[in-house]
Amino acid sequence: MKLVLRWFLIPILLLTSAVALAVEPDEVLSDPALEARARALSAELRCLVCQNQSIDDSNAPLARDLRILVRERIAAGDTDEQVKRFLVERYGSFVLLKPPFDARTLLLWLTPLVVLIGAGVFLVRYIRASGTVPAENSRALTKEEEEKLRALLAEEKFQKSAET
Amino acid sequence: MIVETGHFALVLALAVAVLQAILPAWGAHVRDERLMAVGPPAAVTQLVLVVGAFLALTYAYVVSDFSVENVYLNSHSAKPLLYRISGVWGNHEGSMLLWVLMLALFGAAVAVFGHRLPQTLRANVLAVQGAVAVAFMLFILLTSNPFSRLAPAPAEGLGLNPILQDPALAFHPPFLYAGYVGFSIAFAFAIAALIEGRVDAAWARWVRPWTLAAWMMLTLGISMGSWWAYYELGWGGWWFWDPVENASFMPWLAGTALLHSAVVMEKREALKIWTVLLAILTFSLSLMGAFLVRSGVLTSVHAFAVDPARGVFILGILVLFIGGALALFALRVGELRQGGLFAPISREGSLVLNNLLLTTACATVLVGTLYPLALEALTGDKISVGSPYFNMTFGPLMLPLLVALPFGPFLAWKRGDLVAAAQRLWLAAVTTLLVTMAVYAVVHRGPWLAPLGIALGVWVMTGSLAELASRSKLGQAPLPESWRRLKGLPRSAFGTAVAHFGVGMMVVGIIGTSAYQSERILVMKPGDQAEIAGYTLTFKGAAPQRGPNYREEVGVFEVTRHGQPVTSLMPSKRLYDAPPQPTTEAGIHVSWRGDLYAVLGDAQSNTEGGYAVRLYFNPLVRLIWLGAVVMFLGGLLSLSDRRLRVGAPKRARMQTSPMPAE
Repeated sequence: MKLVLRWFLIPILLLTSAVALAVEPDEVLSDPALEARARALSAELRCLVCQNQSIDDSNAPLARDLRILVRERIAAGDTDEQVKRFLVERYGSFVLLKPPFDARTLLLWLTPLVVLIGAGVFLVRYIRASGTVPAENSRALTKEEEEKLRALLAEEKFQKSAET
Repeated sequence: MIVETGHFALVLALAVAVLQAILPAWGAHVRDERLMAVGPPAAVTQLVLVVGAFLALTYAYVVSDFSVENVYLNSHSAKPLLYRISGVWGNHEGSMLLWVLMLALFGAAVAVFGHRLPQTLRANVLAVQGAVAVAFMLFILLTSNPFSRLAPAPAEGLGLNPILQDPALAFHPPFLYAGYVGFSIAFAFAIAALIEGRVDAAWARWVRPWTLAAWMMLTLGISMGSWWAYYELGWGGWWFWDPVENASFMPWLAGTALLHSAVVMEKREALKIWTVLLAILTFSLSLMGAFLVRSGVLTSVHAFAVDPARGVFILGILVLFIGGALALFALRVGELRQGGLFAPISREGSLVLNNLLLTTACATVLVGTLYPLALEALTGDKISVGSPYFNMTFGPLMLPLLVALPFGPFLAWKRGDLVAAAQRLWLAAVTTLLVTMAVYAVVHRGPWLAPLGIALGVWVMTGSLAELASRSKLGQAPLPESWRRLKGLPRSAFGTAVAHFGVGMMVVGIIGTSAYQSERILVMKPGDQAEIAGYTLTFKGAAPQRGPNYREEVGVFEVTRHGQPVTSLMPSKRLYDAPPQPTTEAGIHVSWRGDLYAVLGDAQSNTEGGYAVRLYFNPLVRLIWLGAVVMFLGGLLSLSDRRLRVGAPKRARMQTSPMPAE
């Protein structure tokens, strides 16, 4: 039974998703300004059945339906915000590739800032703190290691003198 | 029989890896030279055995042995040889085997080239490497065995996903995995250092070439994937902020930060704790990438819950290694005191800024990638985090990084002089300004900020050259003198400048194609003409053709510019035989201005002989991948600097060394 599925169903499923362009010529609005708005908006809307594709990029039938829907709303005089709200009411905020700023996404939107400031403060303190401690290793070098280090440094010096 | 031998070789490799994980570490602990000496031969033996296992599976693919389930599921006898071979890693089981192969390769490389390392350090590094190998070999043998047989054997295989049948994608995984796994060496060095409770400049010097090599591979691997997406997915996009892409991008960001912080540690003994932590985090992100991609958790949380065996296993590996490493780090961090005073405006300071911005960017990508998964798991709410989020957060973090980048190499260690650095960058600044004005003068469309983005890229490029010019005293000393100085510069200086130049190229390419792309979507009948970006395309019609394992419909477009013939583009739509899946092949004409890119769509039933057609002009888009290649070359130059070669042995000492010369 499993084999039958693999042999017959999968090919049929695949065949139905025939190659198509994302935005088809017949979808394009005649007014270039409205069309540009539709394109910009489509790029921010998720094709719900795809993996992380916008409806502008996807050639899935659902993406096409949504593109046409977006253009219908725009042609009917909706603002971008109204179109988005209309879609969110229908499909939830899953449809927005740019998640709204609210309680659920607070952490998401603030992370870059918090990390930047937190890490910045940490690093400044870290640099200051390390400055007050004299340079030392947790264990002294063995004689053999010191010799190696000297050899390495000598080599570097030799190279530096070759540079200049 | 050969397949069973491969399976057996993998089991043996596991046994060897177990020994490699235990004996040298124990030897280092009790200072027993004989036990520590087990490490190198074990690592080499492990490599030989894993290569054997890998070749056995490759053999099964090449001869199309469909009695092997993995071959049956992912190959087809009509596939060209190249894709029969690349099919080995074009699936879950095979790709994990490739992962283990890379792991063994790096481990053996440390064993062979690391004979200058202190004995205990090498023993511990090889032991950690062995432990990682044990985990992944167990994973393969217990949950993802590529050698299992089918009885009765099917007559024909199901075939490889056609969009994977492509030269760039054939070599994309090996480079990517070499990058991911290469960071395991930095990780192993970090763990070994923590075990010994000692990190010093020499440690950083040993760790850098491995990190650099891994970073180069990852750079190339990611850009190959991006290039493939560009020409294969059929609409000219090159980066999607897809979780799978992010999974590879995070270790790259952390690895880039690690490369820079290791410099500080090597030269100035500063940032030790941070560098060790970064080495752990970089490989942890590689492991997490493997978990995200391989567990199915990305498709949906539910897919993961339905078949959790593999996901849970990798999660276990993840927790064991990351948790263990961080616990060890917490335990030992108190012992790692460091010196190296420096003022905020200094080479160290600039590299700290680099690390701050890169790690913040990495954290941003991490949160953006995992947030929807975590939110759904915790509350059941589904949200999407797509490219608009990443562009809004990642972009602003890169801005100060790129502005500051050219200053870094001009600042002295300990205490730098920003004004003096700026003075030496005046020519770069003037060039940048001229280019910006030229762009504003020539281009009258696109976002008004775009020329400044281009300027940023040009600033990085000219700034990198300025460093070389300054160090060779170009313009201050007579030309022959400058030439002599330039030749005398260490290769790592060229490496830095070249890699930074590549970053600038990439920025110019990204801004150029994002801001100034032209696009036309239309229906064309044979004989119709369309104009885009100064080109005139005449559609000659479409005709069916037959390829080795696909049928296709090829459209022909004659391209002219100012009345002169330029080229003809032949975009096609393919339907593969097995599995019968359609793909689009774009027709692309490459020029120094940018790419002319044509895609053939469906035949239009309402217009006689008419086809839906998409035309793009992507200005400067090649600079994105060319920039990545230049970054790779910069890494190569740096790697060839003899100071950075592992152990940096002198020629004379080489001859007395007991190991055979390389």
